[in-house]
Amino acid sequence: MLDHDQRPLSRPIALVNARLIEPSSGFDHHGGVLIRDGLIADLGPHVEAGAIGDAEFVDCGGHVLTPGLVDMMVFAGEPGHEHRETLATASRAAAAGGVTTLVCMPNTDPVIDDVALVDFILRRARDTALVHVHPMAAMTKGLLGEEMTEIGLLSEAGAIAFANGKTSLANANVMRNVLAYAKDFGALIVHHLEDPSLAKDGVMNEGEVATRLGLRGIPAAAETIMLERDIRLVELTGGRYHAGQISSRASLDVIRAAKLMGLPVTCGVSINHLTLNENDIGPYRTFFKMRQPLRPEDDRRAMVEGVASGDIDVIVSAHDPRGAEGKRRPFAEAADGAVGLETWLGAALRLYHNGEVDLTQLLRTLTVNPASLLGLRSGRLAEGAPADLVLIDLDRPWVVEPERLRSKSKNTPFDGARLQGRALVTIVAGRPVYNYADGPGS
Amino acid sequence: MTLAAPASYPSFPHRHLIGIEGLSRAEIVALLDLSEEAAKLGRQIDKKRDDLRGRTLINLFFEASTRTQSSFELAGKRLGADVMNMSVGTSSVQKGETLIDTAVTLNAMRPDLLVVRHYAAGAVELLSQKVDCSVINAGDGSHEHPTQALLDALTIRRHKGRIEGLIVAICGDILHSRVARSNILLLNALGARVRVVAPSTLLAAGIERLGVEVYTSMREGLADADIVMMLRLQRERMTSSLIPSQREYFHFFGLDYEKLARAKPDALIMHPGPMNRGVEIDSNVADDARSVIREQVEMGVAVRIAVLQALARHLPNR
Repeated sequence: MLDHDQRPLSRPIALVNARLIEPSSGFDHHGGVLIRDGLIADLGPHVEAGAIGDAEFVDCGGHVLTPGLVDMMVFAGEPGHEHRETLATASRAAAAGGVTTLVCMPNTDPVIDDVALVDFILRRARDTALVHVHPMAAMTKGLLGEEMTEIGLLSEAGAIAFANGKTSLANANVMRNVLAYAKDFGALIVHHLEDPSLAKDGVMNEGEVATRLGLRGIPAAAETIMLERDIRLVELTGGRYHAGQISSRASLDVIRAAKLMGLPVTCGVSINHLTLNENDIGPYRTFFKMRQPLRPEDDRRAMVEGVASGDIDVIVSAHDPRGAEGKRRPFAEAADGAVGLETWLGAALRLYHNGEVDLTQLLRTLTVNPASLLGLRSGRLAEGAPADLVLIDLDRPWVVEPERLRSKSKNTPFDGARLQGRALVTIVAGRPVYNYADGPGS
Repeated sequence: MTLAAPASYPSFPHRHLIGIEGLSRAEIVALLDLSEEAAKLGRQIDKKRDDLRGRTLINLFFEASTRTQSSFELAGKRLGADVMNMSVGTSSVQKGETLIDTAVTLNAMRPDLLVVRHYAAGAVELLSQKVDCSVINAGDGSHEHPTQALLDALTIRRHKGRIEGLIVAICGDILHSRVARSNILLLNALGARVRVVAPSTLLAAGIERLGVEVYTSMREGLADADIVMMLRLQRERMTSSLIPSQREYFHFFGLDYEKLARAKPDALIMHPGPMNRGVEIDSNVADDARSVIREQVEMGVAVRIAVLQALARHLPNR
C-alpha cells in the first residue's frame, strides 16, 4: 500500500483543464485539482495553468477527473495461487482500469483468518502493489462456517471487512453470532449469497438454457433465500450487513424492502451481472461460468434498474483470475470466475452510454459508495482527501485483447468486446501509477 | 443386395456429429435413409464393406457402456476400420490428466474417427475442437446422445412409415436424460407431437420451452400415444430425494398394461436400455409383441454404420 504519510515531500501537481465530477455531491464543472503531499490541496475552477507557482502542470484535455475507483471484491491469488495472480499483477491491472483501491477477498491459501495473514497482505501490498490494497478477512476460521474468527483483533490489524469467500455461511446461528459480535466493532459483514443445499451440484442458472445444455441448474431462489434469512438476522442483531453480489430481480426486491425497514443493509452487484446474461454461455463457454451464475436478461435489466435507482449501492469487478488449467475443461468441471479489474470501468460505462444510468450515479457506485461502506476517506473530490484520482476519457473506443491485459490470467468474458471509455491516467496518493499514453500493457 | 455408391449419398456437410441440435430436417432424413440401407447390410451373410478400410476408429469412453460401445465397434468393423476401445474412466482421469491432454495424446496417434462418451455435458464438443479427426458424440452428460435419437427414429419409421404427426410420449427421468433431449430435438424436427411424462422432480426446468407437452400423470400423458418411450431410472436418484421409493415410482410411472391401455392399441413400446424390469417397466410389457426394444439395438448398429459412412466422406484423402 502506498501510504502518503511515508512518501517524501514532492513537487505539487496541478491537474488542470478537467471536467471535475464529485460523485457524492453531483458537482460537475470545468476546473482543476491541486495535489500536494499525496492529498488534494485545492480544487475548482480557479485551479488552472499558471495559477499555482511551483506546481507541475498536467493538462487533462477536458476529460473527466474523478475519484479513483474502489473495488470491494477482488480475488487475488496471493497467497497460495500466485500462478494465477499476485497482488503486484492485480494492482497493475487495477491501475490500468482506473482503480486506486482494491479489497482482496479472504479465500486464499492459507485463508486470511489470522492477524499474521492480514499483516502479510498489507506488507506484500506495501512492497509490491501500485494501488491501495485492503484485505477482507474471513468471518469464520478456515471459511468453514463453524467458528468465528478474531474479528476485533483482525479489525485492529487492518482487515477492512469480513466475508466467507465464495461460500455462504449456512449455519444461521453462527451467522447470527458473527453479525452480533461484529456490530460491537462496527465491522462490516459481506456475505456471498447461495444456499449450498439448493445450489448443490448446479453449475449455471436453472432454466431453459441449462436444460438445453444438459447442465445442472441453480435456482435463483438459492440466492434470495439466503438473503432473506440474512435480513432477518440483521433485524435480530443490528449488525452491518452487505450482500456481496445480488443477481436477481427477486433479491433486489428483498434489498429494497430491507432498506425501507431502515435496516443497516447494503448490496453490491458484479459488472458481469450488469452487462452479461446466461445466453452468453452459448456453447459451453467457461469464461462465462461464475458464482453467482449469470442470469436471464430480465434479471440483468433489474440489476441495471437497481444501480440507476440507487437501491444497489456498489458495483464490483468480482475480479477472479483463473488459469487455463481451471477453464479449459468441460463446463461443469471448469473453475468459476472472470477477471475484471481492467475492463470494469469500460464495461460500466456501457450503462452510461446506453442512457440507462446517469454518469454521477454510476460513478457513485464505483467510488464513494464503496469507500464509505469500508470507512475509507477516498472516493471524494475534496480538500484534504487522498489524491486517489482517475482521468477518464468517456468516449475512447477500445477492443479488449486478453493477451494485453495486465492480469496474469486472461479469463475475461469481454474477449474481443468493444468498449467505449477508459482510464487515461490513474493517480494513487498523488503519484501517477498508470498513463495510457505510455502504450499498451504487459 | 447392394448399397448405393458413396457418390449418391445424400448431403451431410458436417465433420463431427455432436448433437441433433444443428442438424436440419433434410440431414436427419438423409441419415435415416442411409441407415435403412445399412440395416439391410446387417441382415446379409456378408456384412462387410470397405468404406473405412485403412482407417482407425477409437472408442473413447469416459463412462461405462456396453451396448453403445459394442454397437460402434461392430459398425466400425463392418466398414473395415481398425477399432480400438479405450476406457478412460479408470486410468488417466484418476491420474489428474485433463480431458484436453487426453485428447491431444490420442490425436497424436492419428485416428480418423473418435467416438466419445463423457460424463460431462459439452465435453465432446470441447474435445472436437482440439483434435484433427471426426468426432462422434456417444453421449455427453445430460446433454445429447444423437445416435440413440436416430436409432429410435429409424425404428419408429420402419414400423409406422412416418414420424410426422405421431404422438410420442417420453416417460421417466427427463431431468438427467440425454436420450430425452436428443429425441425431443429430432422428433420435433420431423414433425412429431412430443410429450414428456414424469414427476415434477424429474422434469428439467423450462422443458416446455423445448416444444413438448408436459404431463405429470401417465394416464393423461399416454392417452392416444403412438409411441411410448420409457427412460431408464438410475437407482441413485432414489437416494437423492427425487422420488420416495422404487415401489411408489413403479406404481405411478412404471409402464404396466393398465397404463399402456391408454395409448393407441398399436402403440410401440420403446426403451433405450439397459432396462430396470419392475422399476420403470413391467417385465411382461417389455416382452410384449408391441415392444421393439430388441429391434432398437439392431437399428443402433445400422445407424452407427450410416453415421460413420456419412462422416467418412469428409475424411482427408478421400
